[in-house]
Amino acid sequence: MSEIIQKLTVCIERGKVNKSAPYPPDLQGQDGSDELAALALQNNISPDEILEACIEGMQRVGDKFSRNEVFVPELLMASKAMYAVMKHLQPFFESGSIKTRGKFIIGTVAGDLHDIGKNLVSMVVKGNGWEVIDLGIDVKTQKFIDTIKNHPDCTAIGLSALLTTTMVNMEKTVQEIHAIFPDKKIIVGGAPVTKDAAKKMGADAYGKNPQAAVEFLNSLLSTN
Amino acid sequence: MKGASVRSRSIINTLNQGAVLVSDGAWGTLLQQRGLEPGECPELWNITHRSDVYAIAKCYIDAGSNAILTNSFGGHPIKLKQYSLESRTDELNRAAAEISREAAGDDHFVMGSMGPTGVMLMLGDISPSEVYDGYALQASALQRGGVDAICVETMTDIEEATLAVKAAKEATGLEVLCTFTFDRTAQGEYRTMMGIAPAMIVEALKNAGADAIGSNCGNGMKQMIDIIRELRSQDQHIPILIHANAGIPQIVDGKTVFPETPEYMASFVPELINAGASIIGGCCGTNPDHIRSIAQAIQKSVKQ
Repeated sequence: MSEIIQKLTVCIERGKVNKSAPYPPDLQGQDGSDELAALALQNNISPDEILEACIEGMQRVGDKFSRNEVFVPELLMASKAMYAVMKHLQPFFESGSIKTRGKFIIGTVAGDLHDIGKNLVSMVVKGNGWEVIDLGIDVKTQKFIDTIKNHPDCTAIGLSALLTTTMVNMEKTVQEIHAIFPDKKIIVGGAPVTKDAAKKMGADAYGKNPQAAVEFLNSLLSTN
Repeated sequence: MKGASVRSRSIINTLNQGAVLVSDGAWGTLLQQRGLEPGECPELWNITHRSDVYAIAKCYIDAGSNAILTNSFGGHPIKLKQYSLESRTDELNRAAAEISREAAGDDHFVMGSMGPTGVMLMLGDISPSEVYDGYALQASALQRGGVDAICVETMTDIEEATLAVKAAKEATGLEVLCTFTFDRTAQGEYRTMMGIAPAMIVEALKNAGADAIGSNCGNGMKQMIDIIRELRSQDQHIPILIHANAGIPQIVDGKTVFPETPEYMASFVPELINAGASIIGGCCGTNPDHIRSIAQAIQKSVKQ
């Protein structure tokens, strides 16, 4: 593996976006994922290899997150570093020479105007190489259903709720989506949601945090 | 009564004389019982459903609260913007304070509630000055409505919390309390979602001007004992406020249910006081019955 690729993986893992970025302090003044991605392409490293290197970096920070060694801010900074690379890779995604891992539809359920948790999951899933269709906040069940119809190739749907009251709407949404699309996997999360609650409402998985959502999505790939 | 904010009563002096105070329980849960729909702005109810908001404030006073909060948790202009109500920041917060003041009378404390903005500073979507200015506006309005203190609550991010505490202090000169929400990690440590441990907030909040610190939401009573001990390890004297949930919510027959009974929550009061809590109340899922039981348990503990 080339030195550029190794450095790129470290920049993603550590959330080093570009040369001028102050974070993380110990990498100040060094090239970030932005510069390294450009350099890699100049050196004819394949987009596939670049993407793999990034996903390896996201995997490393994700593992640290799962072990409670780092927290949401580190995961977000890593995602931000990943976005910088994605900009360079955009033309290759558009031409179809490289592909995202799959499509993920996400939204905050009807009645709930909170978007912070949903945004975190959206960012981190995207950072892990997935295409994310973010429907925003206060999403009615019908909108989820219409979106799934328009994207029949989507891998999974994520529902978020922050209010204890909208957890009840979440249950309805899970059941109505499953009634029409029994094979589509649904993952639910948000402050009031627990593993038990997720199971009871008929969801396929419980996303305790953004990393759990990534792990669930990746697990769907390996079983397909 | 309106605008009567020149009272000299101090929550901190009362605590320093050895008192343990009972605060209130959940507001959101009770607003929902009175018909607040998901997606509605709770703070708008201070104008449109004044008598309902008053009834909630009053039910906690009647249950034995020495201090109650205000219906202004989401009263930061950034939050109100979601409902296009940001231009009414002053009106909605002032009304929140006036309602609680009216219910509390002169014998009870009113703490103006300020929750998080819901926006992450570290992502650069918003500037620190916008967060600070909004909290300053909110705190001033609460002061004009007659609160005795400002309670910054449910914080997870040190930067946002210190901006809120500083803004409240500098805009009002009132006593400022600040509580964080911690989750228990797989290793049994307590952290906010931003990775902040209880021990990490103490110095930062004191430096920002907080007169009392603590924890609300996220945990039932039992876990709060660990959190108090960790806070205490950093400072032997600063007053600690605890607002625990009635446990972790469950869905039963299509309804959200909180499992901890008033008796169960109250049974932890002696340990909470022992560990160093000096204001005890409830958060999500608690109601006047929980507060009544907590008040009785405090009375018993303090007598002994």
